[in-house]
Amino acid sequence: MKLFDISLANLKRRKAKASFILIGLLVGVTAVVAFMSLVDTLTRDINHKLEKYGANIMILPKTENLSLTYGGMAVGGISFEMREILQKDLGRIKGIENAANVAAVGPMVLGSIKVADRNVLLAGVDFQVAHILRPWWKIKGQSPGENGILPGAEASRILGLGQGDALDVNGRNLEVSGILEPTGSQDDQIVFASLKTAQQVLGKEGRISMAEVAALCAACPIDDMVGQISGVLPDAKVMAIRQVVKGRMETLGHFNKFAYGLSLLVMLVGGLVVLVTMMGSVRERTSEFGIFMAIGFRRRHVMSMVLFEAAVISAIAGVVGYFMGLGATKLTIPFFTESIDVGLAFDPVLALGVFVVAVTLGLISSAYPAIMAGNLDPNEALRSL
Amino acid sequence: MGYIEVENLMKEYGKGEAAFMAVKGMSFQIRQGEFVAVVGESGSGKSTLLSMMGGLNTPTEGRYGVDDIDVYSLSLDQRAKFRMEFLGFIFQSFHLIPYLTVMENVMLPLAIAKIKSREKTDMAREALKHVGLSDKEHRLPSEISGGEQERVAIARAVVNNPTILLADEPTGNLDTKTSREIMDLFHTLNGEGITIVMVTHNAGCSKEAHRVLCVSDGLISEQKRLQKVVEYPFGLEAAVDLYSAENVTVQ
Repeated sequence: MKLFDISLANLKRRKAKASFILIGLLVGVTAVVAFMSLVDTLTRDINHKLEKYGANIMILPKTENLSLTYGGMAVGGISFEMREILQKDLGRIKGIENAANVAAVGPMVLGSIKVADRNVLLAGVDFQVAHILRPWWKIKGQSPGENGILPGAEASRILGLGQGDALDVNGRNLEVSGILEPTGSQDDQIVFASLKTAQQVLGKEGRISMAEVAALCAACPIDDMVGQISGVLPDAKVMAIRQVVKGRMETLGHFNKFAYGLSLLVMLVGGLVVLVTMMGSVRERTSEFGIFMAIGFRRRHVMSMVLFEAAVISAIAGVVGYFMGLGATKLTIPFFTESIDVGLAFDPVLALGVFVVAVTLGLISSAYPAIMAGNLDPNEALRSL
Repeated sequence: MGYIEVENLMKEYGKGEAAFMAVKGMSFQIRQGEFVAVVGESGSGKSTLLSMMGGLNTPTEGRYGVDDIDVYSLSLDQRAKFRMEFLGFIFQSFHLIPYLTVMENVMLPLAIAKIKSREKTDMAREALKHVGLSDKEHRLPSEISGGEQERVAIARAVVNNPTILLADEPTGNLDTKTSREIMDLFHTLNGEGITIVMVTHNAGCSKEAHRVLCVSDGLISEQKRLQKVVEYPFGLEAAVDLYSAENVTVQ
């Protein structure tokens, strides 16, 4: 028999008290795991949703001229009457370190055309990647082919264009293949055509005005990607769409702060439960400790016994609490998001972290009761018999 | 090992006007292998004396020595080690740990000893055999009689082969027959060379000892050598030498 056998026997005997401490810690650990898992799941959910927002990096020609507002977002300076980027240069993006995170690269050529005596902005885009870069687009009709155009809702109304209408653009006959439904963005005022067609109409073959990049940034640092693209396109100005990135970071930051704050609070309460219960237990066992000391147990022996009991309960709380936390997350996640397939997998880092935190909390909370037990005067303790 | 020397031992409890002297200056020696009974009325100071002899209660004044060791000059940890190595305690109400089996209770002093598990078990079995409880090692204290609990307490007190056994009212809660059995056990242990100091109210039990220290109002009022001195393990001559030097009354 060793000291720890006595501790285990005591835990078995005082099941109610041990259970009370266990429940106190279990609630804390479960809550922490639930908060952490919830934040992790919601982070993935937010990232997933943000990726659906489309392009989050823009590539513009280096310029010191006018600034352009696009899609309600400040993206720097561009004058589409001046410098352009060579389309073939965009191929270098495939060679960057985080190339695997690039979901789509959408080159765009911009230029002014005259339709029914009005100046209209013609945008040539790659419709193959439009569903990634502009997932919110809904087209009444069909995407334009080589000889088609797609006016935005406002452009269609002002220019009086309907599906199937034909028009002459810089000497080329083009047909309205569809109408873009209102998006609430600048796209409503633009006439879109395929990149190649627009380049031909505008006389800008092989050149583009800008490019949009959709980066899958669940884990990748978008600023790093901006740096990498700048490296391969030194004549271009590459920038992240600030609002999206900033909004993402702020949202995740709020979630994290909330989760950590609440976790700290719950763990503090759990620690207090352990402290109060262990102090009660030590007082209840005064005579027992008196006997131990009378037969030769030293201060450290008595303290070790109290701390070992706390460590055993805390370890159980750490393991059970982790799985209960995962269960709680699974139950609560539908209240926070409806869109994600919640894959709650065993996370060894979180599991180990929670285990260590639980045991540490149990030991810290039991330190004072253990010192109290170790400092008992054996004679006084025996008189309480 | 087991020679006890008490010199002008005093113990004061409380402070100021509430202070009172429980032990007012006791001096005596107990030779190795002696069986001494300490008798006296409630509040006379005998239990305080025993707790001081157990290294549990620091005296206000005086010296308490076992062999060459000045017990109260030791640190708390050293004193705990002293208790483990030299002393065996038997408490009035047995004070077994209720959630440990008979075997585990007996092994308790060995829990902190650096010996192999197998050896600990053997020592505990030997102690239980000594008190005649080999067949009850897996029982809980609540599952055995009072007399058996006292025997377990004795086995626990002697399992680590102490040189001194301190017993506080060991028969206080037992009937006459069981008390007799416990006294027989004490004689057996004493015969093996263990020094026994027993606090008791029981006149019958006190007659079992070689010597009786009568305590009254915090002082040793009288020392009596009893007829049992013939059983003194070191012979009559040694006993006579001892008691004549200490002005002992012979009954």
